[in-house]
Amino acid sequence: MPKITYIDASGAERTVEGKTGMTVMETAIKHTIPGIDADCGGACACATCHVYVDAAFLDKVGKPSAMEQSMLDFAENVKGNSRLSCQIKIRDDLEGLRVTTPESQH
Amino acid sequence: MSQTPGRIVIIGAGQAGAQAAYSLRQGGYRGAVTLLGDEPQPPYQRPPLSKGYLKGELETERLFLKPLSYYPEHEIELLTGRAAAEIDPAARTVSLQGGLRLAWDQLIIATGARPRRLAVPGASLPGILELRTLADVDRLRASLFPGARLVIVGAGYIGLEAAAVASQLGVKVSVLEAMPQVLSRVAGPEIAAFYADVHRAAGVEIHTGARLEAFEGEGQVAGARLEGGEVIPADIVLLGVGVLPNMELAEAAGLACGNGVRVDSQMRTSHPDVYAIGDVAWRPLVHYGREGRLESVHNAIEGGKLASASILGQTPPAPEAPWFWSDQFDLKLQTAGLWTGADMRIVRGEPATRRFSVFYLKDSKVIAVDAVNAPPDYLVGKKLVAAQAAVAPGDLADTSLSMKDIGARALTP
Repeated sequence: MPKITYIDASGAERTVEGKTGMTVMETAIKHTIPGIDADCGGACACATCHVYVDAAFLDKVGKPSAMEQSMLDFAENVKGNSRLSCQIKIRDDLEGLRVTTPESQH
Repeated sequence: MSQTPGRIVIIGAGQAGAQAAYSLRQGGYRGAVTLLGDEPQPPYQRPPLSKGYLKGELETERLFLKPLSYYPEHEIELLTGRAAAEIDPAARTVSLQGGLRLAWDQLIIATGARPRRLAVPGASLPGILELRTLADVDRLRASLFPGARLVIVGAGYIGLEAAAVASQLGVKVSVLEAMPQVLSRVAGPEIAAFYADVHRAAGVEIHTGARLEAFEGEGQVAGARLEGGEVIPADIVLLGVGVLPNMELAEAAGLACGNGVRVDSQMRTSHPDVYAIGDVAWRPLVHYGREGRLESVHNAIEGGKLASASILGQTPPAPEAPWFWSDQFDLKLQTAGLWTGADMRIVRGEPATRRFSVFYLKDSKVIAVDAVNAPPDYLVGKKLVAAQAAVAPGDLADTSLSMKDIGARALTP
């Protein structure tokens, strides 16, 4: 049960227990974390679950797929550590993962 | 907020009704909110029902829009397994089947739609299923074993998504479509031809122009008989021939209805304190200068947000171009806009590469895009649709120009 910390745009932190195999987006929804809309429910179709991955975890999380990258290319306020949280599956080695949600998903 | 706490009843706990409840709370509404659903589950996502969930990749709980604890924590009274029986707009009440009567200050009708049935002989035989609810899919999934014969009536998104899943599970699938092409209501001929080819290559039999005459079988469906006498044998039949809006309660209450419950741009019905949202709403389609019903997650979410904003007197979100997606095999189709009325179609990219798009234009303006495995085409296309932007057809077809450049060129004033 790796712990995941969500940080909102104002800096407020919420740490919850994730479940291996679920996504970072689903975990946020399950714990009613604000700042992640996930309109399409995780189909990589809407780009409203955008997060910034903490630098220390970037390598572990890995690179986005081509589909995800091209969705990200057109999202707002994209940075080098931007990912769609519906595409990050939780694994044991992501214990302590920290992601920041953007000010707005639209 | 200035308003005194009141009471809002939402009939229908699908994605639209649920969104209205979430948005009301998010927007600071302090009154009572009752969310009434006739299915046993809490609000859940329907799109995966014909995709990952049908395939067995997701447990039920992963479909839930919010965890169960969300509702009490946010003081949303969730009544599941309860259907509304009557709306009394003068007394401002809703009666439930079984007797309970709820008072409201504002009412939101989010009753959705139900699968259309077919009026052919044998239509009530056991083994003829539909795909709308979790219960429907659980029934269908139990029949999808390797070697089973599934006949799907209707080659819309539901029919083709189910066909893709079933064929991947080793089921022998035949799709019957009355129109000369698949996806005829929702996409142009290039997309239709592409998907028909993909399905046929995967072993799905597709019969277009098929006139269904009757279902055959004794005590259980055994086949579908076409005009001319051909019988397609079936162990199970899935109907995917569209939906009808559940507007009877609204009609009986005297609310103005067309092909759905008529609403204005704030989703308000002909009664000033009654709203209708989601599949049941006959709403202005602001990008198209006409009205219509949309059956999509986008429409459900937007309707919920608009009704909530109107009730709270808050600024409504800007209307989005309608958007939709469909997953079939390894292909993700992303759609923005509505293609009806297009006078020109531009294909961008090569369908054989399984990555291409079709832009639909009317009077040189982009009114819709269908993008297969091509998110940039979809995302820029969606902006072009929302802006009703004029684009040179040659630019759209020119893959040496990036979608970013095409978008920048068309959207810069």
